[in-house]
Amino acid sequence: MTKPTAAATAAAPATGVATEGLQTTYREALREAHRDALTRDPRVFLMGEDVGRYGGCFAVSLGLLEEFGPERIRDAPLSESGFTGAGIGAALGGMRPIVEIMTVNFSLLAMDQILNNAATLLHMSGGQLPVPLVVRMTTGAGRQLAAQHSHSLEGWYAHIPGLRVLAPATIEDARGMLWPALQDPDPVLIFEHSSLYNLTGTLPAGAAQVDIARAAVRRAGTDVTMITYGGSLGKVLTAAEALAEEGIQAEVIDLRVLRPLDDETILASVRSTHRVVIIDEAWRTGSLSAEIAARIAEQAFYDLDAPIERVCGAEVPTPYAKHLEDAALPQPADIVAAARRAVAPNE
Amino acid sequence: MTAGDKSAGNGHTGRKPSSRRRATATERTAVTATSRTTDTAASARTAPDPANLLRQMMRIRRFEEKCAELYSDTKIRGFLHLCIGEEATAVGLMSALTSGDAVVSTYREHGHALARGVPMNSVMAEMFGKVTGCSRGRGGSMHLFDATRRFYGGNAIVAGGLPVAVGLALADHMNARPNVTACIFGDGAMAEGEFHESANLAALWKLPVLFCCENNRYAMGTALAREHAQTDLATRAASYGMIAWAVDGMDVEAVAEATRRAVDEIRGGGGPCFLELRTYRFRAHSMYDPDRYREKSEIEQWKQSDPIPALAGRLQSRGALTDADVVRWAAEIEAEIKAAIAAAEEAGLEPVADLTRFVTSPQDSVGGPT
Repeated sequence: MTKPTAAATAAAPATGVATEGLQTTYREALREAHRDALTRDPRVFLMGEDVGRYGGCFAVSLGLLEEFGPERIRDAPLSESGFTGAGIGAALGGMRPIVEIMTVNFSLLAMDQILNNAATLLHMSGGQLPVPLVVRMTTGAGRQLAAQHSHSLEGWYAHIPGLRVLAPATIEDARGMLWPALQDPDPVLIFEHSSLYNLTGTLPAGAAQVDIARAAVRRAGTDVTMITYGGSLGKVLTAAEALAEEGIQAEVIDLRVLRPLDDETILASVRSTHRVVIIDEAWRTGSLSAEIAARIAEQAFYDLDAPIERVCGAEVPTPYAKHLEDAALPQPADIVAAARRAVAPNE
Repeated sequence: MTAGDKSAGNGHTGRKPSSRRRATATERTAVTATSRTTDTAASARTAPDPANLLRQMMRIRRFEEKCAELYSDTKIRGFLHLCIGEEATAVGLMSALTSGDAVVSTYREHGHALARGVPMNSVMAEMFGKVTGCSRGRGGSMHLFDATRRFYGGNAIVAGGLPVAVGLALADHMNARPNVTACIFGDGAMAEGEFHESANLAALWKLPVLFCCENNRYAMGTALAREHAQTDLATRAASYGMIAWAVDGMDVEAVAEATRRAVDEIRGGGGPCFLELRTYRFRAHSMYDPDRYREKSEIEQWKQSDPIPALAGRLQSRGALTDADVVRWAAEIEAEIKAAIAAAEEAGLEPVADLTRFVTSPQDSVGGPT
């Protein structure tokens, strides 16, 4: 539960409350979040490739065109830099745009706008130009989409000062992160792992707005801290159950916010368990997992009883063949093995 | 093409303007003949006082000459791109915009900022890196901003400002505000993908964008014909279905009139327009540029078209300007620049303790945990 912002309090009540307690999917939760935001704030609009007539490449926005019309559910030509920059300009002009970039791979074509304008204008203008823009995109591997459609590049964006980077891993976060992201006066990037859209579950009460500042402990444990986010959370929870059968109680942290990192939650857990495994589908070198490991080493070195373990994507362009792709990605067995090493480093 | 024949290619390309704007040429004489009697409604639609245009160009010229000196004195550092020779584009463009219109500019934007009304003191202080600068010393020469005047910078990524301009226009369009966003860029930007993405988007959605290409014939050191397969830039822009003119960018009155006409067309709901302003910079690309890529004779030839003496001569021949006017303005401008330098010298610096301020907005506005 979060404290509503002033803007949220002033706006009309959320329309999504009706879905609370009902069985839903990650995709539907995202759609409901959009419907809610579009209803509550006339400045909000959605812009991207195939978000309207097609219904969204991942069907997130299916039906919204019919409900809100083509001015607010705006099909854009295939020009990522153009429409992302247009989102920045519209935000400067008083709107609250949601830009959908079909996949993180295509976001490379918009990186100039995201880095050189969205993340930079506030500072470069001496505080005159905040950019209240939300950019959503799909990320991650696991669907045999090969090397150019399987990246996890959210760590690159987490490198950039001026951005807030979110990774909803649960139905609750899919439902509740968008509205507070739209209230942030600065640019927010939301990364949706492609394996999560069909995730099914029950939407808890109060999910229309969650905090976008803190990591969450998804499973309490005493023996090892496992830190992950996004599409890897399910695998880590599976691994934690397997470890529990061996008598190892893993605490699982879902980062949720990749920038700014919630050091407090991470360090509190590390100081309690004294052992760490970081699980990140992205490549290991120069990665978010490296950043987290460095922060733990800097701030909790003397609390550690074992070397920090990392389970990352293999340093290879993601291959198509299923057995190769599986081998390139962190799997529950790899996570279990890393946790065992962390708990008994000398065995 | 050289200075001697640069007006030969001037003309109108692309979609025909509405019958209300049937005039086709923007070549100087045609423009001045058609404009004065028709545009009288709003102040920005009225032909500007040409004497004021002259004074503004003199002010920008002298300001930049002084900046070059200050650079040599190491008072100004970083990159410094002067628009000396190109003042007619800045002054002509801004003369036709209203305070509600938005401007997105490039790294060669001192003239645009001054002509838009950004106070000289704040521009000079920005060059000095002082806290009283228009970007609090965090931007410098290439990143002048003034939100109150809808002056959105100062972008150092070639063509990087164009998509932002499209978005500003989109916001105006979605709110039915009668504003135009003028987006200024150079000939080099037209080779960038962001130009083409932005032109397509603005034309597709009929957004109120004025694309202003300052064609100074060089993308840094690469000559027009060495960077573009089609060097008629207005023709390329017209392929996106927008009205495109090529204008003598050394003639401030022609630029002012063409801009006024384009802005009228855009406010009429016809979508974006494109102006190719054919101009020339007399100085090097930046203070680092040894200027090896063009002949001195070419520069001297273009200086024959210097927009300042050209307009002064026309005004004197019309009996609209005296030597005394010029002397008086020069003295006023010197005094203004001197005062701006003194103020910049005296101004304070942003405290280092505030280094990371403005990276994000104050975080109490972001929903945190209870």
